[in-house]
Amino acid sequence: MPKIKINNLEIFADPGSTILEAAKEHNINIPTLCYYPDLHINSDCRICSVEIVGQKGLVTACSTPVKDGMDIKVNSPRALNARRTITEMILANHDAHCTTCIRNLNCELQTLADNLGIDATRYENILEPKAIDTSSYSLVRNPNRCIKCGRCIDVCQSVQSVSVLEIIGRGRESVVSPAYGKLIADVFCTYCGQCSSVCPVGAITEKDDTDEVWKALDAHSKHVIVQVAPAIRVSLGEDLGLPLGSIVTGKLISALKMLGFSKVFDTNFTADLTVIEEGHELINRISNKGVLPLITSCCPAWINFAEHEYPELIDNLSTCKSPQQMFGALAKTYYAKRENIDPKDIYVVSIMPCTAKKTEARRPEMSVNNEDPDVDTVLTTRELAKMIKQMGIDFNNLRESNFDKPDEVTSGAGAIFGASGGVMEAALRTVKEVLENKPLKILDFEQVRGTEHIRHADVEINGATYKVAIVNTLGSAREIAEQVKTGNSPYSFIEIMACPGGCVGGGGQPYGTTHAKARERMHSLYQVDRLSKIRKAHDNPAVSNLYTSFLGNPSSSIAHELLHTHYTNKR
Amino acid sequence: MILAEVLKRFPKKKEYLIEILLEYQKQKETHHFEEHELKEIANYLNIPESRVCSVVGFYTFFSTEPRGKYIFQICRDLPCQLNDNFDLLSSIQMILGIKVGETTQDGLFTLEYTSCLGHCDKSPAIRVNDKIHGSLSLNKLKAIVAECKEKENA
Ligand code: SF4
Ligand code: SF4
Ligand code: SF4
Ligand code: FES
Repeated sequence: MPKIKINNLEIFADPGSTILEAAKEHNINIPTLCYYPDLHINSDCRICSVEIVGQKGLVTACSTPVKDGMDIKVNSPRALNARRTITEMILANHDAHCTTCIRNLNCELQTLADNLGIDATRYENILEPKAIDTSSYSLVRNPNRCIKCGRCIDVCQSVQSVSVLEIIGRGRESVVSPAYGKLIADVFCTYCGQCSSVCPVGAITEKDDTDEVWKALDAHSKHVIVQVAPAIRVSLGEDLGLPLGSIVTGKLISALKMLGFSKVFDTNFTADLTVIEEGHELINRISNKGVLPLITSCCPAWINFAEHEYPELIDNLSTCKSPQQMFGALAKTYYAKRENIDPKDIYVVSIMPCTAKKTEARRPEMSVNNEDPDVDTVLTTRELAKMIKQMGIDFNNLRESNFDKPDEVTSGAGAIFGASGGVMEAALRTVKEVLENKPLKILDFEQVRGTEHIRHADVEINGATYKVAIVNTLGSAREIAEQVKTGNSPYSFIEIMACPGGCVGGGGQPYGTTHAKARERMHSLYQVDRLSKIRKAHDNPAVSNLYTSFLGNPSSSIAHELLHTHYTNKR
Repeated sequence: MILAEVLKRFPKKKEYLIEILLEYQKQKETHHFEEHELKEIANYLNIPESRVCSVVGFYTFFSTEPRGKYIFQICRDLPCQLNDNFDLLSSIQMILGIKVGETTQDGLFTLEYTSCLGHCDKSPAIRVNDKIHGSLSLNKLKAIVAECKEKENA
């Protein structure tokens, strides 16, 4: 083991680790800017420059491996001066109107400048303002705030294999943008939002729709209801000062009530419904020799990807709408009728971990009256946190409340939709029990859980073995889609989620989400499931009630009209 | 020359991107790339279009604007500026009658900036298509232009 010194502290570092990793291991902080835990190290920014005693130039801690005997000074005058100079130069080419930036107090550049004690800068600001890209429903790109760290490029290329973003041009004139400097809506983007999640500054953010929601909440003519996706209850707390992985379901509901929503519903309910509809679709396809593998369709970024990159697979996609859209369709039909409210007066908001859901809600198919969207506005986890702060709510001290009927009961199966592998597990609980016609002994399908980007499992149902796959990230989705396209897929059922770890790692989750953080949230979701009284979707009495009183049977014609959809070849 | 024919001569490997770009741009009358061509090259090599676009944008010898037959590129870096004792930029603009970024009416000449040509020891230098001319003087510059015109009239 290499023995090194960092800031005079003698430590044994793991062989092959970088200076940054060794320092972190021993709780020594080295500032970084372009470095991101789950991405490639491209050492662009040189903020992590440190001095090695006896060596002439500074080295970048994020990319330099430790060597036995290294004597590292993180904050030598030379290193500190380099770091300050670079930071000041970045600030000189940056729209640093921090107080009016969405990332104010939550920005890596701001934190860096603060830690370095930069209170004046030696350089004049030379920024030439460029147009802000507001072309999409999901994301806003502000090149004036971009510091060209390259994280978004890397995540889009190497994690998602979509490659929307690149450095275009050279030197000072270069910008990070889609090809030819086009608008994001004019190129093929899945709107997964992973680029916004890794951006250290306010250069890629969700399209902020909080004003729309405040307006609706203020309009007395509107009956404003809200649905909350499974993954929100295990992530929102982070943005409001609570520890990673806190389960905040009850406080979240109270907060939404305080914001003024008339009813607060749980998307887990329509997740349960999705399990029933999709489960029956799978059973039908297996027994009637339909198109297999069946591939899940609840992730809109995956759907965008499939429609554009793999239209050959459209028949493999489940025709089920996502839980968000099932909720929207039911809200403007079943709920409107039950509550005797004109659907036109119902305003549906969803709280999602997702930027792609904003665009999904605008798909023309997602409108039961072919006029207004079923889901009027989608907010991300971050936007909800913002509204809670705007309202001055002391989140941590809120009392717990329950969801409104009929969603006060939902199953643990619906809850785990927010984790990669969750839709699979939820569906298997139902499909296996229905096909075998006897109560399941073991509810936990441990073999489908985990965070690896591609996982496989063999599932026994009625003596037959079915192969299933669970996929997260679009790069891995591409691998599996190639297999299916060329007819080499051994699977019957495949779950695909665009974000690392599934929606717990969604593009609308608190900024700076890493695989490690997503994993913590995932654990919390499984805990929600474990603690649920009902853990199988088909045992949810509210869902059964919906079928008896409104939908009839799974896959009935009304179910098809409201809960299913179709896809388009967009290549 | 159609792009497909150029592509045929190169293996489908991403290492050949620059060579393909250079070769096709040389063959093409307007010495520039259009969007659909970059897309075709990206598809051929199975690499993202954004990558191809980024490479074309990075190197100054590639262009996405139509250009003339003789492309004059002036270096903007320091050594060339320091050793320039006859105001290369205004001289060439005057001789060709165009500004940087423009092409002459007859489609013969285009004037562009470039980054360092790697000939700082012979600065000031310019590149005309594939060829670099160093240690320039006003007369030498005039001769280079005259030579191009002669070739056209021959
Ligand atoms: S939203 Fe996803 S696909 Fe679109 S640019 Fe960002 S990372 Fe790439
Ligand atoms: S947009 Fe953000 S992530 Fe992308 S290069 Fe700019 S600062 Fe980095
Ligand atoms: S995995 Fe979840 S958060 Fe990510 S794009 Fe898909 S639905 Fe949205
Ligand atoms: S963090 Fe090391 S070079 Fe940017």
